[in-house]
Amino acid sequence: MDWITIFSTTIKSAVGVETVLYALAAIGINIHFGYTGLLNFGQAAFMAVAGYGLAVTVTVIGLPFWVGIAVGLVAAAILALLMGIPTLHLRADYLAIVTIAVAEIIRLLFRSVAFKDIFGGSDGQRGFSGGFQALNPFPEGEYGFNLGPIPIFFAHWQLWVMVVGWLLIALCCFIVFLLMKSPWGRVLKAIREDEDAVRSLGKNVFSYKMQSLVLGGVIGCLGGFIYGLAYGSVQPDVFGTETTFYLYTMVILGGAARVLGPVVGSMIFWVLLVLLNGTLSEAVAAGVITFIDTSQAGALRYVFVGLGLILLLVFRPQGIFGDKREIAIDAR
Amino acid sequence: MRRAVIAFTAFLGGLVFLLVGPAHADPADCQGLRGTLTFQGQPVNGARIAVSTEGGQPVETVTSNAQGAWDVQVEDPGRYQVTLDPASLPQNAEIRGGNNVRTPTVYEGNCSSVLFALQAKGAAAQQQGDEGSGASPFWTQAAQLTFEGLNLGLIIALAALGLSLIYGTTGLTNFAHGELVTLGAILAYAFNVGFGLHLIPAAVCAVILAGMLGYGQDRLFWGQLRRRGTGTIAMMIISIGVAIFLRYVFLIFFGGQTESYAQYTAQPGIEIGPISAAPKNLVAMGIELAVLVVVGIALLRTRTGKAARAVADNPALAASSGINVDGVIRIIWTVGGAIAALAGIMLGLSQNLKYTMGQDVLLLIFAGVTLGGLGTAFGALVGSLVVGLFIQVSTLWVPPELKSVGALAVLIIVLLVRPQGILGRRERIG
Repeated sequence: MDWITIFSTTIKSAVGVETVLYALAAIGINIHFGYTGLLNFGQAAFMAVAGYGLAVTVTVIGLPFWVGIAVGLVAAAILALLMGIPTLHLRADYLAIVTIAVAEIIRLLFRSVAFKDIFGGSDGQRGFSGGFQALNPFPEGEYGFNLGPIPIFFAHWQLWVMVVGWLLIALCCFIVFLLMKSPWGRVLKAIREDEDAVRSLGKNVFSYKMQSLVLGGVIGCLGGFIYGLAYGSVQPDVFGTETTFYLYTMVILGGAARVLGPVVGSMIFWVLLVLLNGTLSEAVAAGVITFIDTSQAGALRYVFVGLGLILLLVFRPQGIFGDKREIAIDAR
Repeated sequence: MRRAVIAFTAFLGGLVFLLVGPAHADPADCQGLRGTLTFQGQPVNGARIAVSTEGGQPVETVTSNAQGAWDVQVEDPGRYQVTLDPASLPQNAEIRGGNNVRTPTVYEGNCSSVLFALQAKGAAAQQQGDEGSGASPFWTQAAQLTFEGLNLGLIIALAALGLSLIYGTTGLTNFAHGELVTLGAILAYAFNVGFGLHLIPAAVCAVILAGMLGYGQDRLFWGQLRRRGTGTIAMMIISIGVAIFLRYVFLIFFGGQTESYAQYTAQPGIEIGPISAAPKNLVAMGIELAVLVVVGIALLRTRTGKAARAVADNPALAASSGINVDGVIRIIWTVGGAIAALAGIMLGLSQNLKYTMGQDVLLLIFAGVTLGGLGTAFGALVGSLVVGLFIQVSTLWVPPELKSVGALAVLIIVLLVRPQGILGRRERIG
């Protein structure tokens, strides 16, 4: 068993690209679900429109990188408006079903043969991250250090994505912190607790919910940019419903309605997933575990994700940092 | 701090030293193309596959072995052309889609797999319907698609009825319902192919077992959660956990490939007026309709059915008028699990079995339930039929790959205009 590789990949996953992009999307979910009590199950769609907005603007239309980012942000905001108008008047479970439906519609459109010229079908789009990597201040090479015998090194392009990503996470957390301390944030939390009470105070609940949906969607879409820029490509099936469900697992794991909850949740989720995957597949390859093969070992870790989500909600719905009284899980 | 780091490093170092043991063998070097050919669950032996470069230079021609597998190693990464010789396939098999050439890309040090899906020759003719009859092709096609829409709608209705009943009585929006559908299909497959039973007794066994599992699920899991006072949204997210858990358990035991039952896989279609249908579809639709009618009558006429509707209306009032609410919910879970399993078997019969088959129809089930009105049993029926019909008939105008998009869009539009659904009541929407 190659423990050095296992530990190296596990430690790297605590700050790696995947953690960054999921943390950003999870911060968005935290605004929706944690603070406002909106069950948005279509967060993957926000990531998808951002990633594809960037990809299509750069590769198909041929405009520069910054225009692509702007297109992605605008697309995410428009998507939030479109998603919100039919659903925000409705009860929580309707919102959940409709947001899933919207996310699925968008994924199917992106992967359809009919729009293959624009979105690239099920292969997606690639070759649009050049403009971003051209801004990379780090010269080519490997950066990192050895933790005892364990090498922890990132390539220069990875490091650049990570630096930008963690700066964005810090910025978003700061924004969420300030907003949730403000009167505006207190109205959101009040909507989560009792919508009718807020309405009776003369607040326009629909408008607040919509603002929350747009803000969380736009922050979530940053995760889609990071995905596209880190891997240099976008594929429709990356942004499936399961992505959203993993985001919920992270938010609940870290603690909903806490500023740093989703970030910590994402770090722990990926560390555990990578550690489990490395250990299981190494154990299978080394013949320590003989009753499953490598692909079954890959599936086994998601069995643990499902089990973890169940146990978390049954025994500790507030996650690591959360407060049980603040979790919007007792709807009408 | 420093000492802690040194100690930790030493500990890790020691651990690594102890556990690394013999050097770990690198995975076998592989740079090329490979694939596995199966037809109706059996490997295809002796199929000829020619690999050439993008420019047309032949690289190698191989035949698949007894496991249906083939493998070509290439020198340089890049794009290659893979041609499967249709003449070397079994007599009754053909390539799905008809295209026997694939152009995969080989990456440095990686093996790409190349997929050729095989199907029975009759299957394609069955899908295309008949084109030669005298009526105008548009209406013939419309009739054929209406029939297929009813077929799909009835399957969705079976699953949606269970989902709707469970929602009505417990308030749980069960995201794991799709996995109950898959469970039925896989159980029937296990009895059918694993134990060698004929499909009909295998299906009966699977439905009974799934009903028992539905009972057990409520007895041991959901019922306990209700007793703890878990909120409905918490239960909804728990059901997502259950769905992920079950889906990957299926993947471990069933594998990622598609399978079909041992019987009734490729039936030649028979002509009824303008439509052509395989006899299995007609029988399946008859069974589905019968089950739906029986459950509907049971809901309207029997004591348990009335009790179930009372619980759905107002659990507290039902309990205070002497109805055993937990008992009713347990019956609902048993019936719901059993009919979801039946839906899975029928779905496996008209399409194929895959571990994601339930997940793939879950949204359509939700669409049917929401369209009809959440929590109303008969609304779920009507809504599902509408969804099934809409999906199939819309392929007259939209490409088939986008047919679900139309149904989901209709769901959203109906919610805009009439949020309570077709048969729902206003007060339920909150």
